[in-house]
Amino acid sequence: MPTKIEKDSHTGTDTTGHVWDGIRELNTPLPKWWLYVFIATVIWALGWFLLYPSIPYGSGYWHGLLGYSSRGDAMSGLAAIHEQHKDAMDKIAKMPIADIARDPKLMETAITAGRITFANNCQPCHGPNGAGRVGYPALGDDVWLWGGKLTDIETTLTHGIRSSDPDARQSQMPAFGADGTLKPDQIEAVADYVGVWWGVVPASTDTKAGAQIYAENCVACHGEKGEGNRDAGGPPLNAKVHLYDGSRAFIVSQVNKPQQGVMPNWNTRLDPATIKSVALFVHSLGGGE
Amino acid sequence: MSVVSRLEQPPSPEALYASRIRVYPKDVRGLVRRVKWAILAVCLLIYYALPWLRWNRGPGVPDQALLIDMWNERFYVFNLVLWPQDFYLLTGLLITAAVSLFLVTSLFGRVWCGYACPQTVWTDLFMAVERWLQGDRNARMRRDAGAMSLDKAWRKTATHAIWLGIAFWTGGAWTMYFVDAPLAVSEFWHGTASPELYAATGILTCTTYLLAGWAREQVCTYMCPWPRFQSAMLDEQSIIVTYQGWRGEPRGHGRRAQAAAVTAAAAPALGDCIDCAACVHVCPTGIDIRDGIQLECINCGLCIDACNSVMKKSGGKPWLVTWDTLAGQAARSQGKPHHLRLLRPRTLIYTIALSLVLIGLVLGLIFRSQMTLSLIHDRAPLFVRLKDGGLRNGFTLKLANKTMQPGEYTLSLSGLPGATLLLSETAPGAGETLHLSVPRSEVAAFRLLVQGQPAALPNGSMPIFFKVRNDTTGDTLSYESLFMGPATSGSGASQ
Ligand code: SF4
Ligand code: SF4
Repeated sequence: MPTKIEKDSHTGTDTTGHVWDGIRELNTPLPKWWLYVFIATVIWALGWFLLYPSIPYGSGYWHGLLGYSSRGDAMSGLAAIHEQHKDAMDKIAKMPIADIARDPKLMETAITAGRITFANNCQPCHGPNGAGRVGYPALGDDVWLWGGKLTDIETTLTHGIRSSDPDARQSQMPAFGADGTLKPDQIEAVADYVGVWWGVVPASTDTKAGAQIYAENCVACHGEKGEGNRDAGGPPLNAKVHLYDGSRAFIVSQVNKPQQGVMPNWNTRLDPATIKSVALFVHSLGGGE
Repeated sequence: MSVVSRLEQPPSPEALYASRIRVYPKDVRGLVRRVKWAILAVCLLIYYALPWLRWNRGPGVPDQALLIDMWNERFYVFNLVLWPQDFYLLTGLLITAAVSLFLVTSLFGRVWCGYACPQTVWTDLFMAVERWLQGDRNARMRRDAGAMSLDKAWRKTATHAIWLGIAFWTGGAWTMYFVDAPLAVSEFWHGTASPELYAATGILTCTTYLLAGWAREQVCTYMCPWPRFQSAMLDEQSIIVTYQGWRGEPRGHGRRAQAAAVTAAAAPALGDCIDCAACVHVCPTGIDIRDGIQLECINCGLCIDACNSVMKKSGGKPWLVTWDTLAGQAARSQGKPHHLRLLRPRTLIYTIALSLVLIGLVLGLIFRSQMTLSLIHDRAPLFVRLKDGGLRNGFTLKLANKTMQPGEYTLSLSGLPGATLLLSETAPGAGETLHLSVPRSEVAAFRLLVQGQPAALPNGSMPIFFKVRNDTTGDTLSYESLFMGPATSGSGASQ
């Protein structure tokens, strides 16, 4: 309790009047400069209240004289970035994809756009930088089911594979076993034949029966020597690259009842310039033809 | 006064704070002053003029003799073009500077402070302006003590205006070491220079004006760390500015002392010092050299000039204030001869250290690599399986051509027999070696594919060695990296 305010003899300053166990406290005021700075900050703060969104009321809030909002800020930033890339992206949209590849400046933009789009849309299936995974082809290797030229990749991206797009890449492998076209022992024979190519069946194995069955049923799509057929969408069978599995058992199961993947047609989600950018990026991964 | 009683006293504010006593150095003429003017002129000429020196390096490259091009990460020093990788050379340069300073200080005291330090040089320049407009010591003191008048006002204003002008010129010149000088000047006045340039000019204008115009000797006494550890470099064999007390003392004005004495015999026998305080008045740090070696003394030697001219006028023996060592003074005061000892363990060690650093610096410059090579292995995928069962690894190759000529390079690989190098599936030139071109003074990045079929990869990887060779100069550089694949043999298996 403040009791007696007195003047301290040493300093000439008043005490606060508080006494604790005989100890009295000097009433030293705040330095003037400090006080003025404090008042100035209060005035400054009032200005901010006026200029910026501040006080909420009922259903709304005071928007501030400057009309600032952080969302608006972000949106205008986005618009600015789009604006910045507009010229390049417009050019990419108009130019044939092969010409873009010859323009280093445009390529820089396209590859960057392609990389980002790829990471957001394609990476879940094809893996980072098209590393591939079981059932989803690696994009950096030299095996292309539908062609590895820029225009091929662009078409595949645009219309998809076995997608709902009418121009989608289509191929259908018959279920030779499930349909009863081939009997189990015939399937085993053809598996031996292909298995030699894959290195999973000893080369000394007698594959005459298998070769016969292959020639009758598989050549049209997979080629005479298993080189594949891009027009028919038949994958090569003599490659050391395997989409699913490199075992003999897999050959059997595939001939019996095939697994086939689907890729969406990106024309419903990405604009042509972006699709071209992704095609250029995929082509640059190392396998482009 | 005992400690207890001192604590009981309320502290008086005056005791804790001493305000600066303004120093009004007097003009002085003599040998030292002439040397100091000469050094000042040379230092300032170099500082202001060097950015304007042109140096032809061919088209497309800055033609400024000395330019620190931060934006493009190049450091142009006449024929030398340094890259950020050569930064260690700067370390060498700084060590050289530090050890030279140690050596010179242990030999000759703080000559750096007295003659070449920018603080000293610019303060000297500012004082010359002050003296020119406001007169010498006495006139300045009188005017400062007197009331404001028209005369005082214009002289002060003019002084500060010229100071600011010099300071601005100084700050501007600094930026020209970083931005091409003619360009910097034209951009500055057209308002198109970078904000950094304006800020740097502004800040350095302020610091020059404040440090040389206002702070002056306080920088040396209170701000600069150098005087604090100079005592570690100095010893009793260092040559410093010193007052020969044994000659000068007891000081006193001969005639006045004699007049005061009743008889000639009672007059005290006086030393050479006539106690005229000329040495004190010229001192830019405002100290009395007769008090002995002091922290504030910058070893400028102006007090030597002052005393010598007094001695000349009064017919005394010159060099009462002189350069000598403490050991020399101790010997001389006892009438013994003394020889300088320049070669001491300390100076020897500094000299050896200095030589080593200099040799290292020169060797570093001579054997500085004219190219750098770095390869970053793709992180994903680590490898790609090819149709024929081979493997492919992707790398980002960065090759820096530090020469001023376009560089043609050959890249080869060892450690993986039969490997093919290619820039991409479609680019021509795939083979066991690759040809790369890098424009002069640039870094080029390439996406490099290495294709091979290793016999076996027990650990999933094997070391491979890239070698790049400059076709013109024959310089080569190696880089060890890894070739990766599945951790089995080199064939079969799925991806
Ligand atoms: S004492 Fe003499 S040498 Fe030292 S700073 Fe003063 S004038 Fe210079
Ligand atoms: S200038 Fe020389 S004579 Fe005069 S006070 Fe200084 S040391 Fe003594």
